[in-house]
Amino acid sequence: MAGPILEIERLRIALPAHGDREFAVDEVSLTIHAGHTLCVVGESGSGKSVLAMTVMGLLGRGLTPLAGRIRLGDSILLEEGRRLRESQWRALRGVQMGMVFQEPTTALNPVLSCGEQVDELLRAHTGWGRKERQSRVLETFSQVLLPNPDRIYQTYPHQLSGGQRQRVVIAMAMILKPALLICDEPTTALDVTTQAEILRLIARLQADEGSAVLFITHDMGVVAEIAHEVLVMHEGRSVEQGKAASVLGEPREAYTRMLLASIPSMVPPPPRARPGGTQAPILRALGVSKTYGERGWRQRHGAKAALSEASLAVWPGETVGVVGESGSGKSTLARCLIRLIEPSAGAIHWGETAVEGLSEARLRPLRSKVQIVFQDPNRSLNPRYPVGKSLIEGAINFGANAQDAHALALELMDRVRLPRVALGRYPHQFSGGQRQRLAIARALACRPEVLIADEAVSALDVSIQAQILDLLRELQDELGVALLFITHDLRVAAQLCDRVVVMEAGKIIEEGPTGELFRNPQRDYTRRLLAAAPSLDRLRESAHVGLLETDPAAPLFLGDSSPCAS
Amino acid sequence: MKNLSRLWSNTAVRIGLSVFVLLIGLGTCAPWLGTVDPAAMDSSFISVAPGVAGEMTLPDGTEKQHTFWMGSDNFGRDIWSRVLYGTRVSLAVGMTTALLALSTGALLGLLAGYFRLVDALLMRLMDGLMAIPPVLLAIALVAALGARFGTVVLAIAVPEIPRVTRLVRALVLTLREEPFVEAARALATPPALILWRHILPNALAPLIVQGTFVAASAVLTEAILSFLGLGLPADIPTWGNIMAEGRIQFTQHPSNVLFPALFLVPAILAINLLGDGLRDELDPKFSKRT
Repeated sequence: MAGPILEIERLRIALPAHGDREFAVDEVSLTIHAGHTLCVVGESGSGKSVLAMTVMGLLGRGLTPLAGRIRLGDSILLEEGRRLRESQWRALRGVQMGMVFQEPTTALNPVLSCGEQVDELLRAHTGWGRKERQSRVLETFSQVLLPNPDRIYQTYPHQLSGGQRQRVVIAMAMILKPALLICDEPTTALDVTTQAEILRLIARLQADEGSAVLFITHDMGVVAEIAHEVLVMHEGRSVEQGKAASVLGEPREAYTRMLLASIPSMVPPPPRARPGGTQAPILRALGVSKTYGERGWRQRHGAKAALSEASLAVWPGETVGVVGESGSGKSTLARCLIRLIEPSAGAIHWGETAVEGLSEARLRPLRSKVQIVFQDPNRSLNPRYPVGKSLIEGAINFGANAQDAHALALELMDRVRLPRVALGRYPHQFSGGQRQRLAIARALACRPEVLIADEAVSALDVSIQAQILDLLRELQDELGVALLFITHDLRVAAQLCDRVVVMEAGKIIEEGPTGELFRNPQRDYTRRLLAAAPSLDRLRESAHVGLLETDPAAPLFLGDSSPCAS
Repeated sequence: MKNLSRLWSNTAVRIGLSVFVLLIGLGTCAPWLGTVDPAAMDSSFISVAPGVAGEMTLPDGTEKQHTFWMGSDNFGRDIWSRVLYGTRVSLAVGMTTALLALSTGALLGLLAGYFRLVDALLMRLMDGLMAIPPVLLAIALVAALGARFGTVVLAIAVPEIPRVTRLVRALVLTLREEPFVEAARALATPPALILWRHILPNALAPLIVQGTFVAASAVLTEAILSFLGLGLPADIPTWGNIMAEGRIQFTQHPSNVLFPALFLVPAILAINLLGDGLRDELDPKFSKRT
């Protein structure tokens, strides 16, 4: 087909009045040709998802297109604020454009079987008979490499893994062979290994069908893996636009350079001099297990081990990383270690004291030793409690008087570089990164010996993530607190941790000094994790082919060999 | 302040609150709104039509020029005065009941939601309470305890308590899993403080909404009880009492039932409207905050 599949010209979309800025999307233009992938990359709030929603005609209330033009194939979707009628738009969705959402769990209807959901689309848009539709659904299921399509057809979404669910969503988006596929952060909710598979699948389907792909992501690593062209967005504006190799290789704009510089590298820095050495560990787990099970009247049955026989020790001042996919038991381990949940078996020592089996009341006087920072900054502070009071809650609980506590609050605000006057504010008046700083400050207020960070930077934008990591490093140097850093992101682990512990299916399968482990992993699982992590190093080193080469069976698509290179 | 103005910008809240405040105003200002003692009877004005005026003899023997805006009942009492003074009692019953049901339900719900052992016992008790039809339970309680203001409030509140308890318990069960609550536990905050400082304030919004519905249903239940002759004693005017007495002569003098109903219906409507509006603004599921 001649000409681009999707063309957006000077699109401008207004935000509701009194927002932090006037336009959600401001004068953004882009074109995507058949067989090409355009990655729109930006931090949260950059307007990249609004762009996708506008093309799908799914703009939320309050967002009004003011100006600009969107053309998809032969249809004008939007011109100078006039939208297509809803019925016309509906006829295009699924047929001309398919969409893959971030969260496959909520994108699928939990009460319909996967087959029925995909079938619904065919019933709406084709006049095919039952047999024909079913064989097409099964065919598409095998196209997206779902194992055993016949069974998946009957299966309900909750019975599938996250990756499989996302494959069903992709099947739904691709079944009518749309000219345009819109992917809005399709791999953000998935594990790295699954992410790699899904990215490969999208690339392969695109090569087979020749569709244009509009790919929204915040992850420059993913961009490096998949994009032909890149559009960098910041606060609704297009910052930089062009071929992937040139934008990522020789970025012209400072913002792009900052984004690229914020991505942690997979190459660990040289190991630092470890403090202590002969001291006793301050946090120790010996054969800790946690079993969940349906509780019967008298006994447990169908018990499932979330954590089995995990042993680990943390020495003063060091940073230990715990990595693994979701469901590998990392968080369960963290919550056992800090005794938010009670382990089913095993011993946990805080310093000299054994804390497994201690009652909540007996634990309370000991709790100052171990503190925790959670993943979601929006939920880690009480929304109805001024942050100043949240900060000193621990200190007050351990007997500080009001005056000392106030002085401490001021000191903590300085430490995490927030203005002192903000102490009286409420959490919603802070940004995500600032809230995470507050959560760290709160945890440090009672002078812990170990700080457990449970995915503490995973919900943050890369630039903010880099700042928080710097802050953690700095606080550790100043206070000598040990860090137990739980993450699914190997790049972060590579940069921050002295030692790394790898977990799979509730077990610790490998551990070692970061540099050694990254250079020379002993277990297949670790190797797979390392190989799957999207990274810019790969683009720089091998120009774009690393990920795709890992599966020789999958048809490749390469940036420079694609059709329509303009 | 900003939150209050946001609430006020909701039409349902505005209308509901205005009508509610108007009714409270009418009840409070009853003595100055052309009323006489609601218990005063004058045999020369038995069952007069709305609008009739004349010299009314008061219990202390004095005479007073009085207009029967809403007519009078078969004892010669002024309906307008009775309805206005009844507004005081009916709304007081509604609000006291809501307060009692909310505070008790919130306390029980907090305990049940946070402590496993309490949960098992308490919720079975609540299940039992919920199995009894509310009006029947109220009738039984009034019959057992005697008809006084306190017992009527108690009788109406008790059937509501399980509903509030369940609501609060459900909220606590979700809130206790929130990271900020877990962080508080890690900071050695004792359970009582966690409940009071971290859980209750975050459960307050749905609780207030539930409170309005409890209040509305309490006003209605009080009217039903009075109508059945099981509410407050007949000498205390409430909307239900006035209607119950008017019922005997309903075919000849429908106004005796219609006028109190004219207050009862908007009152219920206004409180429910207020609740709906508050839910739209306060309940996180409907919240439009970014």
